[in-house]
Amino acid sequence: MTSSPSSALSLRNLHKHFDAGRPGLLRRDDRLVHAVDGVDLDLGRGEILALVGESGCGKSTLALTLLGLERPTSGEMYFEGTDVARLRGAALKDMHKRIQMVFQDPYESLNPMMTIEEIVEEPLIVHRSFPTSDQRRARVIQALEDAGLKPADSFLDRLPHQLSGGQRQRVVIAASLVLDPTILLADEPVSMLDVSIRAEILNLLADLRARQGISILFITHDFGTVAHFADRIAVMYLGRIVEIGRTEEVLRAPRHPYTKALLSVVPVPNPRLRQKRTILQGETPNPIDLPTGCRFHPRCPIAEDRCRLTDPPAVTLSPSHSAACLLIENDK
Amino acid sequence: MTTPTTSAPLLAVRDLSIDFITPDRPPAHAVSRVSFTLQPGEAMGLVGESGCGKTTLSLALLRLLPPQGRIVNGSVQFNGRELLALAEPEMADIRWRHMAMIFQGAMNALNPVVTVGSQIGEAIHRHYPFMSPPEVAARVAELLDMVGILGARADQYPHQYSGGMRQRAMIAMALACSPEIVIADEPTTALDVMIQAQILDLLDNLRRHLGLAVIFVTHDLGVVAELCDKVLVMYGGVTAEYADVDTIYNSPRHPYTQELLKAFPDLSKPQAALNSIPGYPPRPDALPTGCRFHPRCPLVFDRCRTDQPALLSVSPVWSSQQSSGYAGTANSKRSGEVRPTHLASCHLVENDK
Repeated sequence: MTSSPSSALSLRNLHKHFDAGRPGLLRRDDRLVHAVDGVDLDLGRGEILALVGESGCGKSTLALTLLGLERPTSGEMYFEGTDVARLRGAALKDMHKRIQMVFQDPYESLNPMMTIEEIVEEPLIVHRSFPTSDQRRARVIQALEDAGLKPADSFLDRLPHQLSGGQRQRVVIAASLVLDPTILLADEPVSMLDVSIRAEILNLLADLRARQGISILFITHDFGTVAHFADRIAVMYLGRIVEIGRTEEVLRAPRHPYTKALLSVVPVPNPRLRQKRTILQGETPNPIDLPTGCRFHPRCPIAEDRCRLTDPPAVTLSPSHSAACLLIENDK
Repeated sequence: MTTPTTSAPLLAVRDLSIDFITPDRPPAHAVSRVSFTLQPGEAMGLVGESGCGKTTLSLALLRLLPPQGRIVNGSVQFNGRELLALAEPEMADIRWRHMAMIFQGAMNALNPVVTVGSQIGEAIHRHYPFMSPPEVAARVAELLDMVGILGARADQYPHQYSGGMRQRAMIAMALACSPEIVIADEPTTALDVMIQAQILDLLDNLRRHLGLAVIFVTHDLGVVAELCDKVLVMYGGVTAEYADVDTIYNSPRHPYTQELLKAFPDLSKPQAALNSIPGYPPRPDALPTGCRFHPRCPLVFDRCRTDQPALLSVSPVWSSQQSSGYAGTANSKRSGEVRPTHLASCHLVENDK
């Protein structure tokens, strides 16, 4: 397979495995944690793609791999059409500037002793992007304004505790924008915020895509937050993408039983629409001992005998929609 | 005040006001004149943004306010007994035995160096000092089983539990003495959607099978729509709106309730634009004049800036009691019920009359 040049980022059969054993003299454990286990994914330029899954499904490991903080065990990764494994030196550094992370918790991820200016300026210093402090200040002000903190000057000397949760998350976003990225990896960027201000941050991200053409990989466990603004949704389970499609395809006609279960438990804010919820018992299994056959079968409400034996390939349902389940043909 | 016509409520809170006292400063009014009732087996959602007084109100019901917090007015009656008049030792017998709380971030509230089983056992021992150790152990196993944790895991420490299991353990602890009321303060905020669904399903089952009354303190309107019979929306320490769950979601009258609903993502209407409510709830020591919501209200008019709106009955269709303040008597059955009076504190409600 090759990557499409229209993609900001392409992953082909990407794996990231960790040693399960703790380092130690007498401890020996050859087992592997299959955190990311064969992921194919394309993030289009200017696209918002939601990556949905429970804790332990590998979505954060995937993000760390994309950031270059973890080396993939195998598989390929293309950044704007170029094989990342071949990038060296300045080109590799440039890629790391172009892919930035928006962290989850604006209460924990900002250094309480640093001013807003210092926080947003830090990436510029690390990457030696602008030689003079005047240039850096101009860039910081621009980033703060792009993140909706206006007038930006009034925020420069403030400390994180003087800001509200929504403003802090905007600072986190400004710090990721300051290097002029083309891709943002947003890991649960609103889950720590009050519902009343979540829309504000989601609208800001949608706006950055619209104005600057930034591609966004939005990592979350909550369908509710992505439904309104993602172009496509990818559902991840135990290191693998089990279903992917345009947002309306996945929401209106989910085909994988895991997607269906996740959707059934999203609270609907209308008591007249209380629905039958498919509550999966237990938690995502340990990715050390992957189940045989379909990795979802132990928790699947409709699993059959053959699901224990065969690892299901992705079934194409439309040019943009596919799901990996053996029982899809029954599901009419 | 008129008395509700149906059976006496399990919990009747009337005109409860709570101040926070700091030396050399005027008192901060965290909660002002909040009233509601709770029937056995009923689930009420206590809804509002952070800083609207939900947690303060909950702590006051158990008389667990921090030292600066003072209950300055009102009454809290549990089964007809005035809790605010009880001496502390008597209150200690009510707490946990009759009314328990699952605290916010509860999964981190467990003691890391004591096994989960002993922590639950401690709560039982406190109220039943004469229970023998084997009896306590049996009760602990029974409670863990009730929340879906294997009895053998009683001997494990909190770090050996996942987040969802720790939250279940906290629920087991809250249920240790079979209380009639559980106050759950943001019980699922930090959890994954599927684990959240498991926990909410568990609480809902316990409510149906044990007749437990539950107060869900949350900013998550989805949780409330799924599980609650009625809703009290708080803003800036006052009741913005109080009604049965269907009325709150389908004909809300307070602009704050309406805005909160628009901010909540609804998968059944993915095309609808998500709204945010600009600004922040007022600090209790700097409350605005007039209606406390007026600086953020999209429908604000002159009078809102000067006069604080009274809590008025919106649709006195179901009873002739006018503005009785707390004639809330919902059955937990969802059809053919007596709806609680729909109350809202907004000048627009009055204009409609």
